[in-house]
Amino acid sequence: MNTEHIVSSFNDDLNRIESLLLEMGGLVEKQLLEATKALRTEDRVLAKQVLKGDKRINHLEAQINENAIKILALRQPVAADLRNVVMTLKMASHLERIGDYTKNMARRTNTITKAEAFTGSIGTLVRMSELVQSMIKSALDAHNKRDAGTAQEIRIADEGVDQMHNTLFRELLTYMMEDVRNISGCMHLLFIAKNIERMGDHVADIAQEIIFLVTGEWPEDKRPKGDKTSKMIIGPDDISTEGS
Amino acid sequence: MDIQMQNAAVVKPPIMSTKNVDVFYGKKQAIDNVSLDIPENQITALIGPSGCGKSTYLRCLNRMNDTISICKVTGDIRFAGQDIHDKKVDVVALRARIGMVFQKANPFPKSIFENVAYGPRIHDLADNKDHLKDIVITSLKRAGLYDEVSDRLDESGTGLSGGQQQRLCIARAIAVDPQVILMDEPCSALDPIATAVIEDLMEQMREKYTIVTVTHSMAQAARISQKTAFFHLGTLVEVGATEKIFTNPEDQRTQNYISGKIG
Repeated sequence: MNTEHIVSSFNDDLNRIESLLLEMGGLVEKQLLEATKALRTEDRVLAKQVLKGDKRINHLEAQINENAIKILALRQPVAADLRNVVMTLKMASHLERIGDYTKNMARRTNTITKAEAFTGSIGTLVRMSELVQSMIKSALDAHNKRDAGTAQEIRIADEGVDQMHNTLFRELLTYMMEDVRNISGCMHLLFIAKNIERMGDHVADIAQEIIFLVTGEWPEDKRPKGDKTSKMIIGPDDISTEGS
Repeated sequence: MDIQMQNAAVVKPPIMSTKNVDVFYGKKQAIDNVSLDIPENQITALIGPSGCGKSTYLRCLNRMNDTISICKVTGDIRFAGQDIHDKKVDVVALRARIGMVFQKANPFPKSIFENVAYGPRIHDLADNKDHLKDIVITSLKRAGLYDEVSDRLDESGTGLSGGQQQRLCIARAIAVDPQVILMDEPCSALDPIATAVIEDLMEQMREKYTIVTVTHSMAQAARISQKTAFFHLGTLVEVGATEKIFTNPEDQRTQNYISGKIG
């Protein structure tokens, strides 16, 4: 990987998209950290900052797209270089989506905090977010070190996010059945949970793309998926056993 | 369907097969133990830095190296199952079956018609004048040149443009009904449009012929070939499906060469 191209400006071009992607990833990680903190501390000022911060992420994605397309057109990269450029495009797109979900999380935080809506316990939600943050951090490291092994661990770690989402789904539905006044706040939390669950999927996809970038092969195994909420029905009878 | 076709391609024996080929120019070894199969009706591209032996290897395939007195070729080279170094093999006939097109177009200083008719005439392939004319026209058509020269077949071949001259040389090779056509940098002296015309022609020719081409243009190898072989310092470093070589080569030396890195 450290071998230099004979045409040094080609190296410069590749280094540029690499550092843009790293900057974008770091920013996404920070945004999610702050959105989660805003939710936990009911901090609407911080939530608004997160809303604004998404612009920078979108801008970085546009820059990566522009630079990567320029490299494809002018340098005609092949082999590892080609995989690098194409995977950078895909990873930037995933990071941008994670940024959008984070922005949506901040917007909902603003809404529920303003309305002082019931939110029950948000501990699971925070833990879920922390797991996704650590996955993003590992993914950026794995990309930087071209480490397919760590990338594979990230794919597996996403199952933990799914399982927390299942728990939350059940928990929030229970709150809603207990008291209709809880519905509004809980619905927002449910959407936030879904957003974080989707972020996990995007990080798992990034991990898969890192594996392809490093090895030239897509992982053959199907990564474990644990999101069962699409099959869940919880009725009033379940409250007594599930809630307490 | 695709898989079946792939399997069919795998099962089909290679039209040429070479094993443990060594080439010496005097005491200097130019090719070291190269084994490579040439699949039928495909374009095989030989790539590698200057002096890596790819042209020398290409010239082994129709015994063109015989013409160089200090050049010694050993190893097993088979064409349609037959050893091309066998005493019974008529070299002139062999070179008709395995034609060659060179880097610089080299038409004879004769008319366009005579350039193409020359081969069939010396190999006695035409029954009569009409048959010969038929062969010439068919060859010019297969080389994608006929429409451009149909009204001036008696004009000199050297008066054509570079790209047209190269296609005339391809028509000349085709005229003696070869099975394999070896091309040594056929486009290196041509502009991008003339290159595109030749590349398109090669793609069409693949239905009827097998092509082995040497090229310095990575992009050209990627565009036109199905199989790519990377030579370095006289050895065959890596050979495989072109798509594989240009997306995920196995050898670091291949990776470095095709991506323009210091090896």
